[in-house]
Amino acid sequence: MRYSAYSIIKQALSGNRLWTPAWREPEPKPHYDVIIVGGGGHGLSTAYYLAKEFGITNIAVLEKGYIGSGNVGRNTTIIRSNYLLEGNIPFYEFSLKLWEGLEQDFNYNAMVSQRGVMMLAHSDGQRDAYARRGNAMRMHGVDAEMLDRKQLQALMPYLNYDHARFPILAGLLQKRGGTVRHDAVAWGYARGADMRGVDIIQHCEVSAIRRDEQGRVTGVETNKGFIGCNKLALATAGHSSETARMAGLELPIETHVLQAFVSEGIKPVVDHVIVYGAGHFYISQSDKGGLVFGADIDYYSSYAQRGNLATVEHTMEEGVSLIPGLSRGKVLRAWGGVMDMSMDGSPIIDRTPIDNLYLNAGWCYGGFKATPASGFCFAHLIAKNESHHVSRFLRLDRFERGHMIDEAGKGPQPNIH
Amino acid sequence: MASLITCPHCGTRPKEEFSIRGTALTRPHPAASEEDWHRYVYLRDNPKGRYQEYWHHAAGCRRWLVVDRDNVTHDVFSVTDAAPARGASE
Ligand SMILES: Cc1cc2nc3c(=O)[nH]c(=O)nc-3n(C[C@H](O)[C@H](O)[C@H](O)COP(=O)(O)OP(=O)(O)OC[C@H]3O[C@@H](n4cnc5c(N)ncnc54)[C@H](O)[C@@H]3O)c2cc1C
Ligand SMILES: [Zn+2]
Repeated sequence: MRYSAYSIIKQALSGNRLWTPAWREPEPKPHYDVIIVGGGGHGLSTAYYLAKEFGITNIAVLEKGYIGSGNVGRNTTIIRSNYLLEGNIPFYEFSLKLWEGLEQDFNYNAMVSQRGVMMLAHSDGQRDAYARRGNAMRMHGVDAEMLDRKQLQALMPYLNYDHARFPILAGLLQKRGGTVRHDAVAWGYARGADMRGVDIIQHCEVSAIRRDEQGRVTGVETNKGFIGCNKLALATAGHSSETARMAGLELPIETHVLQAFVSEGIKPVVDHVIVYGAGHFYISQSDKGGLVFGADIDYYSSYAQRGNLATVEHTMEEGVSLIPGLSRGKVLRAWGGVMDMSMDGSPIIDRTPIDNLYLNAGWCYGGFKATPASGFCFAHLIAKNESHHVSRFLRLDRFERGHMIDEAGKGPQPNIH
Repeated sequence: MASLITCPHCGTRPKEEFSIRGTALTRPHPAASEEDWHRYVYLRDNPKGRYQEYWHHAAGCRRWLVVDRDNVTHDVFSVTDAAPARGASE
C-alpha cells in the first residue's frame, strides 16, 4: 500500500480498520544471496539500497530483538554534516543529501526536520577551531555560518551567555542539520526493503558463523536454525566485536554505553539543535514538546543498556550550566544504548580478511545521521566488492597503515572520542 | 552499577574520583614486532561479560588500579593495585 493523503482519507472513511502491516513476518528460507546481521538503521538501510539500487533482492535481515530495539531507536536523533576531515565530510554530506530526499524516496514520514545545528564556542581557541571547521565544510560545498554573540542572543535568548568560566562567544551553525524521528527511519527502511522482497526476520539471534575449509562463510547458526548465504554482512552496532569474533576477527573497537534523556512536554522554546562546546551536552525539542538531550558516555566498558547515576548528574549539571531554565523542568525518561567506540572515533565500512564477509561497525555516538549513506555505501560494497567513493577512507586496516580519521585529535583512546 | 569502587588504598569511593583508561593490557617489550604493537595499541578483544580495566584513582591516592568486573551486570569482583600485577614494585 502506498501512503499518501488520499490513502489517509480513504482509510479514515473505513474507520482505519483496513491498514495492512508495514512488513511481513516471514520464516527464514534455507539460503539467501546476502544475509545482513542486525536490524538497526544500518542493516535495514543496507537491505533497502541493495534491493532498490543494486538489484539484489534475495536478502535476509536477521535481528535478535525487534527492529528498532537497538541504537536506531535510542539515539537523540541529530543529523548534520559539520565535520572537519577529508575522510568524513563528503560521506556525511552524502548522507544529509539522502536525508533530504528520503521521505519521498521510501514513501514514509520520518519527520526530517532541518531546524539547524548550532555548535557553541566558549573560548578564542574554540572559536578559531570552529571557524576552521566551517571553512573546511564550505570548501566541500557544505553550508556553514559563523554567528557572533549578538546574533546568537537574538536567536537563542535563553542561553547562559555570561557564565563565569564558559561564556558563549560564537556559534557555528549548519542550517541544513536537524533531527529525524528515529524509529520511523527503521520502519520506513524496513517497509521499503520488505516491499522489494527482503525477508526481515525478527527475534533471530546469530550465535555462530559457519565457514568451509577455504575459510569462506557458508552461513550462520541462529535460534531459528542454520541459514546459508553467499555473502554475510555484519551491521551489529555495539555488538560488532561479538559478531566479528564468531569469524575469528578482532576489531579496533571498545563497547560503551551512552545515555539519553527526555523531559516532560513543555511549550516550544528550543528551536534548534544546540551543542554545548564546553561540555558535551546537546539538546533539541521534539514535536511533542519534550526536551531530548544527552552528554558523555559513562567512560567504562559496558554492554548494559543502562547507565550510571554519576553520568546522569553530570549531564544535568552541563544542561543547567548552558540553559539555567532547565533546572525547573522534570526528566520523564532516561535510557542507554551500547555503542562501538572505535580507536579514532570514525566508522568502518569495509571488506574483511575473509572474502565474503563484510563489516559495518565503529559508529560511536554518531551513526544515526549516517544511516542513509552507511546503508547506501555498504550496499555498494557488498554488491560490487569495491568501496563507494565517499566511504573509501573508512577502511578496517587504516590503523595498521597509519591513516586514522581522528576528528577530535584524541588518539587511540576510544572512551574519549 | 560500578558507582562505588573500593580502592585498596583509600576504601570505598565514588566513581567520579576515578578516571578510566581502558582494558588492562600488558605493554609489549619495546623491541616487540610492529604487529604486536599494532595489536596492543589498536585491537581489542572487547568481550561481553568479565572485564579487567585500568582505573586511575585521580582524586584519591593517584594509584593505577585494575578493576575486575562484569560489563553487563556491573558486578565488581576485585580492585587491586596495578603495579604488582605488572611485576613492578609498589
Ligand atoms: C543514547 C544515544 C544517543 C545517540 N545520539 C545520536 C545522535 O544524536 N546522532 C547520531 O548521528 N547518532 C547518535 N547515536 C548513535 C547511533 O544511534 C548509532 O551509531 C547507530 O544507530 C548505529 O547503527 P544501527 O542503527 O544499525 O544500530 P542498532 O539499531 O543498534 O542496530 C544493531 C542491531 O544489531 C542487533 N544484533 C546485535 N547482535 C546480533 C546478533 N548476534 N544477531 C542478530 N542481531 C544482532 C541488535 O539487536 C541491534 O538491533 C546515539 C546513540 C545512543 C546510544
Ligand atoms: Zn585510592
